[in-house]
Amino acid sequence: MSDEQIDDISGVSTTGHEWDGIRELNNPLPRWWITTFYVTIAWAIGYTIAYPAWPLLHSATKGVLGYSSRNGVNNELAAAEAGKGKYVAAIESKSLPEIAADDALREFAIAAGGAAYKVNCTQCHGSGAQGSKGFPNLNDDDWLWGGKAEQIEQTIMHGIRFASDPDTRLSEMPAFGDLITADQIAQVSAYVASLSGKVKDASLIEPGSKVFAENCVACHGDNAKGNREFGAPDLTDSIWLYGGGETAIAAQVRGPKHGVMPAWLGRLGEAKVKELALYVHSLGGGE
Amino acid sequence: MGETRIGRLEASPANPSKTRPTRYAARKKIFPKRTSGNFRHFKWLVMAITLGIYYLTPWLRWNRGPFAPDQAVLVDLANSRFYFFLIEIWPQEFYYVSGLLVMAGIGLFLITSTVGRAWCGYTCPQTVWVDLFLVVERAIEGDRNARMKLDAHPWTARKLVLRATKHAIWLIIAVATGGAWIFYFADAPMLIGQVFTGAAAPAAYVTIAVLTATTYTFGGLMREQVCTYMCPWPRIQAAMLDENSLTVTYNDWRGEPRSRHAKKALPAGQPVGDCVDCNACVAACPMGIDIRDGQQLECITCALCIDACKDVMDKLGKEHGLISYATLSDYSANMAVATAGGSSTVNPSLVRTDEGKFSDSLAHFHIRKIFRLRTFIYLGAWSAVGLALVYSLLTRERLELNVLHDRNPQFVTLSDGSIRNGYTVKLLNMIPEPRTIVVTIQGLPGAEMSVVGIDLPAGRSFAVPVEPDRLKMLKIFVRQPADRLGGAAQTFKFRAEDKASFEADEYTATFSTPEIAR
Repeated sequence: MSDEQIDDISGVSTTGHEWDGIRELNNPLPRWWITTFYVTIAWAIGYTIAYPAWPLLHSATKGVLGYSSRNGVNNELAAAEAGKGKYVAAIESKSLPEIAADDALREFAIAAGGAAYKVNCTQCHGSGAQGSKGFPNLNDDDWLWGGKAEQIEQTIMHGIRFASDPDTRLSEMPAFGDLITADQIAQVSAYVASLSGKVKDASLIEPGSKVFAENCVACHGDNAKGNREFGAPDLTDSIWLYGGGETAIAAQVRGPKHGVMPAWLGRLGEAKVKELALYVHSLGGGE
Repeated sequence: MGETRIGRLEASPANPSKTRPTRYAARKKIFPKRTSGNFRHFKWLVMAITLGIYYLTPWLRWNRGPFAPDQAVLVDLANSRFYFFLIEIWPQEFYYVSGLLVMAGIGLFLITSTVGRAWCGYTCPQTVWVDLFLVVERAIEGDRNARMKLDAHPWTARKLVLRATKHAIWLIIAVATGGAWIFYFADAPMLIGQVFTGAAAPAAYVTIAVLTATTYTFGGLMREQVCTYMCPWPRIQAAMLDENSLTVTYNDWRGEPRSRHAKKALPAGQPVGDCVDCNACVAACPMGIDIRDGQQLECITCALCIDACKDVMDKLGKEHGLISYATLSDYSANMAVATAGGSSTVNPSLVRTDEGKFSDSLAHFHIRKIFRLRTFIYLGAWSAVGLALVYSLLTRERLELNVLHDRNPQFVTLSDGSIRNGYTVKLLNMIPEPRTIVVTIQGLPGAEMSVVGIDLPAGRSFAVPVEPDRLKMLKIFVRQPADRLGGAAQTFKFRAEDKASFEADEYTATFSTPEIAR
């Protein structure tokens, strides 16, 4: 392997390294090449002095130029925040219809609302705002408390059945398990289910409608279309928060579940709430 | 005191200075002598054309109407568009540039396998700019001998003035080279004003500075070092050349034995070749090599030694072509003749008849050697890529439709039981004119569209204006009534059409429905 000799053809000595009979010639390096090499070493040393580099026990050398990637990020974030400043100020001072009328402002608000949604709302309503059992789908056109941007804003600001907010949206359906008989519950459940679909025993519908008229119309209305004043759901449509079958309806009549949504005004501030309202309104079901 | 005798020990250093190899070699200065002849003229012509293309192209104008820049060749990075005369390329059409690079690669194979390193010798920017820098050097310091004298001379006021002038002109050329580059990336007439008033972008000045530094260093100071040590192409050439490739060759078979004393040697009965060992070829070489040592990686085949040798042959009254473009197979055949099949050293009398003419048994280059399987394959591949590019350019769509189905949520059940799917639809108007595009859905019975932000009655078709040379993004909701729902995933088509030009594009999308609804 290391047998230095002179190459016959070129007359140059070899490094003594040989691979399958091919020997590496020991030609001299060009001086500019080696100089460049030394310059890069000097540059690298200078670089480690100028910039943070050498690790110490608990920190690292700071570098004489005072560069810090953390400061760089902070500066960029501050610059981005400053860039957003005029939009946020405008959103704070303008009303929802005014914001919606301004293309640039609306786009900004919806994008910012989308970001805020991902952080604050996905836990209950899902990442696509599609909801789940007990948590409303925000994409559809069925709104318990109203689907206008201002109504959505009101809901986000003060929440639903959120005890510590005096302006919160409040309603409570009585637990009819204590008020009417089990037969009546079966009848009224069959009637309600029949409004949007088929039921197993059609004979229950007629008596069920009577039970409904006596107990339910106050909130859900004569035609069972609901009432947004009390967040009373429309019972004739295809959208069911706690399930649409006779069994699920009966369970809700017997001992209703009541979802709670926190009030967000105190936590997020007015601008973010407006952005969220416009974002939710833009998902396809806004009125 | 008695005389002390100190005996000499038998010892020698492990690395005696006489035999110690040099680790680092200083660059040997090269002073190429001016030549004249066909190849020199050809190189002047190539230099004029290539430099002309480089410096003038950004200033050519090309009218594309009011909605696009009027610069013939423009890389518009801010708007991510590339303009080349008739052709406009969007970023997703970058494969046209890839195709051109593939053609350049295959073209290089084709050229190299036929006429050797023609790229290196004539058209490589390094060669062209070194040639240009040498013109300046000769004009100021004189030709080879004057330059060598000046270089060896101690520093005087005259030398200082000459050197300062030379470097100043080199720097001006370098700045102009770096300066020309930036005009490919912005409107040249506007940018030149900004450059001189300091109003151009910092990137423009940095680019000029970097290209000035590389041009000055590579063209003025490093020259042949770039080709020999920095460029990978000399190493690749060995694989590209074959025995039928033309390359600059010293024809030993008529040149050897070289002699400066032919007049004495001939009567003495010694064989004498055509080479008079005048070193004209070495003096002319910009790479500083001796072509008579055979083909070597430093040789860029600029053919200036052919011109230099031709003048000498003219003076001696001998045939041209002692150094010539020749193929290895011809050269080997002729060497076999001159050495009687390799049994002796070169004997010039074997290649000539008694009258002193070249023997008929000598091989000469014939044009048909260019046409061989290998070059046909290169030419075929090169043409195929080229034709594919042209075909694709001529038939490409200038109206494109892209559809992205919402995945989260995939579908939404509405209060009347109908199902809604959301789509992000992108309309690409790839011509520099405003257009009205009609978007239609085909298939999906009973379904209707509504567009976010555009107040239209729900329907199966709508028209939307798209700005020139821009992409328009639409959020479209498609809603199918409960009683018309099909399977889990129905396919249907979005169609975008320009009613004025009848240009259209279609996109097959899917419509998803939840299990309960079906």
